[in-house]
Amino acid sequence: MSIIVEGVSKAFGDFQALDDVSLEVPDGSLTALLGPSGSGKSTLLRVIAGLEEPDSGAVLISGEDATRLPVRRRGVGFVFQHYAAFKHMTVRDNVAFGLKVRRRQRAEIRARVDELLALVHLEGFADRYPAQLSGGQRQRMALARALAVEPRVLLLDEPFGALDANVRAELRAWLRRLHDEVHVTTIFVTHDQEEAMDVAEQVVVLNHARVEQIGSPREVYEHPQSEFVMRFVGPVTEIGDGLVRPHDIDLRLDPDDGGLEAMIERVVHLGFEVRVELTLASDRRLWAQLTRARATELELEPGQIVWVRPDRSPSSAADGEGSAARPGVGIAGELGD
Amino acid sequence: MGSRLSLRGLALGYLTVLLVFPLGMVGYRTFEHGLNAAWNAATTPDAVHAFWLTLLMVAVAVPLNTIFGVGAALLIARREFRGKALFNAAVDIPFAVSPVVVGLALILAYGQPGWFGKDLAGAGIQVIFNPLGMIIASIFISLPFVVRETVPVLREIGTEQEQAAATLGARSWQTFWRITLPAIRWGVAYGVILTTARVLGEFGAVSVVSGKLVGKTETLPLHVQTAFEDFNLAGAYSAAFVLALMAFVAVLSMQLLKGRETA
Repeated sequence: MSIIVEGVSKAFGDFQALDDVSLEVPDGSLTALLGPSGSGKSTLLRVIAGLEEPDSGAVLISGEDATRLPVRRRGVGFVFQHYAAFKHMTVRDNVAFGLKVRRRQRAEIRARVDELLALVHLEGFADRYPAQLSGGQRQRMALARALAVEPRVLLLDEPFGALDANVRAELRAWLRRLHDEVHVTTIFVTHDQEEAMDVAEQVVVLNHARVEQIGSPREVYEHPQSEFVMRFVGPVTEIGDGLVRPHDIDLRLDPDDGGLEAMIERVVHLGFEVRVELTLASDRRLWAQLTRARATELELEPGQIVWVRPDRSPSSAADGEGSAARPGVGIAGELGD
Repeated sequence: MGSRLSLRGLALGYLTVLLVFPLGMVGYRTFEHGLNAAWNAATTPDAVHAFWLTLLMVAVAVPLNTIFGVGAALLIARREFRGKALFNAAVDIPFAVSPVVVGLALILAYGQPGWFGKDLAGAGIQVIFNPLGMIIASIFISLPFVVRETVPVLREIGTEQEQAAATLGARSWQTFWRITLPAIRWGVAYGVILTTARVLGEFGAVSVVSGKLVGKTETLPLHVQTAFEDFNLAGAYSAAFVLALMAFVAVLSMQLLKGRETA
């Protein structure tokens, strides 16, 4: 089911959590709300769920105005960062909860719970209590519990935030596969740009209670519409007054190729990539990310003088943070100091 | 090691002098002349009446304060409303005010010369010098326990489980019975036991409003005093022993609950 958020604002006392936020989530898509802490991404998710009431604006779920609809009638499945497991219930009872309060037949509940436990690979854990599960298992249980009531929309609030890095990567891949299987419209909140890029089809970048940019992972990475997005979704380095991705910088040994003169400070070999730290004639520092092959070809050494050239025009750093997202930025920064 | 031993010795000695020895003396005096004598002293009609009246106090005051206590705790921990700080402070008044003052206040409000006394008497309701007033006094003095034991537990469990239940389609009463109450049950149980112990042992407030009519408005603590003043030492000791036994059962069940809670 599609979700439309129209001009939603929400304040907690003096703190503006959401400021005139609008976005559209297509039916069956997997969308990430990406932003730093305090950007309003969790509040937006909770407004969509009905756990927070917006001060103004509207939330439409599959075309129907759900703004004043109580949580339990919105048909949303919600997964909390810290699982919100019902501690006094077994895994089976946790997953069955939504069906029990709907007074479904006992046999039907049993069959559905078994099916869901198989889906989240917790078949052998039905009679355990949440305290006897690992973090990853608890979060899978929480997902099964949310899916049990066949929600129109699945909302996940930093679902992997409390997990170890390797468990997080595993669950990420698993969430993608799950989404391919169940096809429920899914929105998840994250502050991890890699996670958003890896899992989502659409990324909504939030900052200071506002939407900075909406687009596919590739769009927001390659065509950021503000300096904030540029900095947030990937590594950046400053060149002149502009920002550029370090892997878009090329180093040349021949001054005739053009570019800025720089001295190599350090060459760091990080496996598949090589990180070169440089100082420009103006004393400003930047770094470049080279492939191993390119670095070997150039035979880079600390102390060496090279010429720095961005492959793509840098976006202007003067395009200030917090400015409203607008299309087609990517102003070429002035080269040369 | 030595300092730990002496600290333990000090603590034990302190408890012995203040609690174990005096209570042991009650037990000793009760059974001084044998089991039969103790049984006879404990089962005089006045003593039996006092016993049942005490249980009546517990049977009325404890359920009422449990319901009020859980409701008030939910208000304090989960809602925002005007005058909340005042409400929160008001719940503690029974802890702060001397029980004698509580009794006196009830007489002033509901006694014959009191504000509502005449109207109540007109309606055929006698509050003061009657078990009704004693029940009100018991409720008053034991009111904060369930609230104070439940509020921290509610705060500790947080609201996420309740929110999760709501997203799963539960109505607020379903969430309360299936999620909130099971999560706070040990806190509530702890409060219930403290309430029970307090109602069992209350002397001051109940004494003031009871009029101490033997066989009519006398609870066990009051009976202990009357018997003692009448030089009926066997009766005083045996009633005191029964009272101590009931309190002991309450405290013991609290310890058992604590054990389950941490298990």
